[in-house]
Amino acid sequence: MRVVLDHVTKKFDDFTAVSEFSATLEDGELVCLLGPSGCGKSTLLNMLSGILPPTGGQIFFDKDNVTNMPPEKRGVGLVFQNYALYPHMTVLDNICFPLETQHVPKPERIERANEIAKLVHVDTLMQRRPGELSGGQQQRVAIARALVKNPRLLLLDEPLSNLDARLRLEMREEIRRIQQRTKVTAVFVTHDQEEALAISDRVILMKAGVVQQNDLPQRLYDEPCNQFVANFLGNPPINNIPGTVHGHLFFADGTDEGISLPLFQNIADGKRVNLSIRAEAFIPEENGPIPAHVERVFTMGKEELAIMTLGDTEFRAYIDTEVGLVNGQNTRLNVRRRGVFVFDLESGAKLA
Amino acid sequence: MRKLSRVFTYLFLTVTGIIMFFPFFWMFMSAFKTSAEVTASPPVWLPSSFSLVNFQLAFQKAPFLRYFLNSIIVMVSSVTVTTVTSILAAFAFSRLRFPGRQTLFTLLLSMMMLPFEMLIITNYRTVIDLGIYDSMWALVLPFTSSIFYTYILKNFFDTVPDSLYWSARIDGSSNWNYLWKVMVPMARPSLTTVILLNALASWNSFMWPMYVIATDTYRTLPWGLQVFTTEAGSNPEQQMAASTVVVLPMIILFLFARKYIVGGVARGGLKG
Repeated sequence: MRVVLDHVTKKFDDFTAVSEFSATLEDGELVCLLGPSGCGKSTLLNMLSGILPPTGGQIFFDKDNVTNMPPEKRGVGLVFQNYALYPHMTVLDNICFPLETQHVPKPERIERANEIAKLVHVDTLMQRRPGELSGGQQQRVAIARALVKNPRLLLLDEPLSNLDARLRLEMREEIRRIQQRTKVTAVFVTHDQEEALAISDRVILMKAGVVQQNDLPQRLYDEPCNQFVANFLGNPPINNIPGTVHGHLFFADGTDEGISLPLFQNIADGKRVNLSIRAEAFIPEENGPIPAHVERVFTMGKEELAIMTLGDTEFRAYIDTEVGLVNGQNTRLNVRRRGVFVFDLESGAKLA
Repeated sequence: MRKLSRVFTYLFLTVTGIIMFFPFFWMFMSAFKTSAEVTASPPVWLPSSFSLVNFQLAFQKAPFLRYFLNSIIVMVSSVTVTTVTSILAAFAFSRLRFPGRQTLFTLLLSMMMLPFEMLIITNYRTVIDLGIYDSMWALVLPFTSSIFYTYILKNFFDTVPDSLYWSARIDGSSNWNYLWKVMVPMARPSLTTVILLNALASWNSFMWPMYVIATDTYRTLPWGLQVFTTEAGSNPEQQMAASTVVVLPMIILFLFARKYIVGGVARGGLKG
């Protein structure tokens, strides 16, 4: 099912949780709503499920305007962070619950429950109660319960954050597999960038209720549209070197050597900017444009993580071990084409 | 030191235990004694035989079976209705959003301060005005809702996470369906407590039936026992037999459901 959100807004008294959110989710897509806590991603999910009515804008499921439709009529499946399984019911009864409220006859209920249980690999646990299951198993049951009624839209609200690191990795692959098998349109809310990039067809990054960028996962990383997006994605975080542009040269704060990069060609004189470079975008080069002082080097195996300074600013760079950097040495670096950006220091807008 | 204080603790508990237990023991034993044994001095501890003749005589003199049946009818109907109304009210206060919800709940809670004895006169007038004096209605109608039990259930309902509710709603469940399919089954321990406390209170209720019931047809056990005592005052052994019949069901109930009753009292902090 295709979901269209048209200028959806949610205000609580004078606080705006989601502001003028517009996006289209194509049929069968898995879209991630990514953002720091409090950015409005869960509020948006609740508006999709019908738990919260929007205060402005419209939501369409295919041709249906569902903006003011109550949750039970929308045909969505929702998986909560705490799974929200009914503790007094067996796994089978939990999975059957949505069908029971739809008055599906019992034999069919059980058949469909068993079918979906097989898909999510809980078919051997049908007679247990949620209290007797591990976190990962509870998660699977919650997904089965959300899927059993063949929802038009599957919503997942931080479904992995209650799991330990290993299970999280396993379950996110599982969620992807199940979603691709059922071809259900899905929205996945998370604050974990790695999760979002790994699992989704598209990522919508939000900040303070406003969409920052709506893009393919890789493009979000490679072509962030502003400083916030660049900072949010990437581990280690992107290096931001503040400075001033003079005569198409970049003067990092605390240095008087101008750095010449093609990026600065079109930037006005006297502009305060951040030169933002991903740690993997540096190349050691004898006559490279960037002078750097090596503070410390950490060996990581195939490469080294070097903490360096440029003027007043410390930054991290992955450097090939063959270069053989030494603590305290001065060196020169160049940068690759990918992973280097210039942002306006004040507004965070992308300049190059 | 520690051992000593322990000894004292147990000593204290034992003595209090005996003090609490003794009247029941005496009642039970006396119910089987002959008239001579009951009045003997020095007192006789155990009856010479466990014959049921006192029970027979008591049941002949007063319609205890009728009383018993009345008590059961009153208890079952008032407990059933109270439980249902309490569940509904607790759900409304805990889950539904409506204007004045908090104010109304505070108001109701403050009304818990009024002891029932204070309401007897107004309730009595109401019963007279409704024309249901000396009928089953007079016994049941004033006990069809309870702020206290509503409060206990609301407290439990409040602990159920919102996500369960929304999950159910999204899966097509109405409020009504959610309440009975999810909330109530989850609230089983609290509900058991409420039902037991209510059953005990109803069974032991004495003052109210005494005011509104004038004939044997609708007398409940405690009130019937009181009447019997005045009428058959000369036969303590028969009184004891009748008392045993009144008390025994509740003692059995208590023994089986001790866990829930104690838990409920601890949670609600209520008076006896």
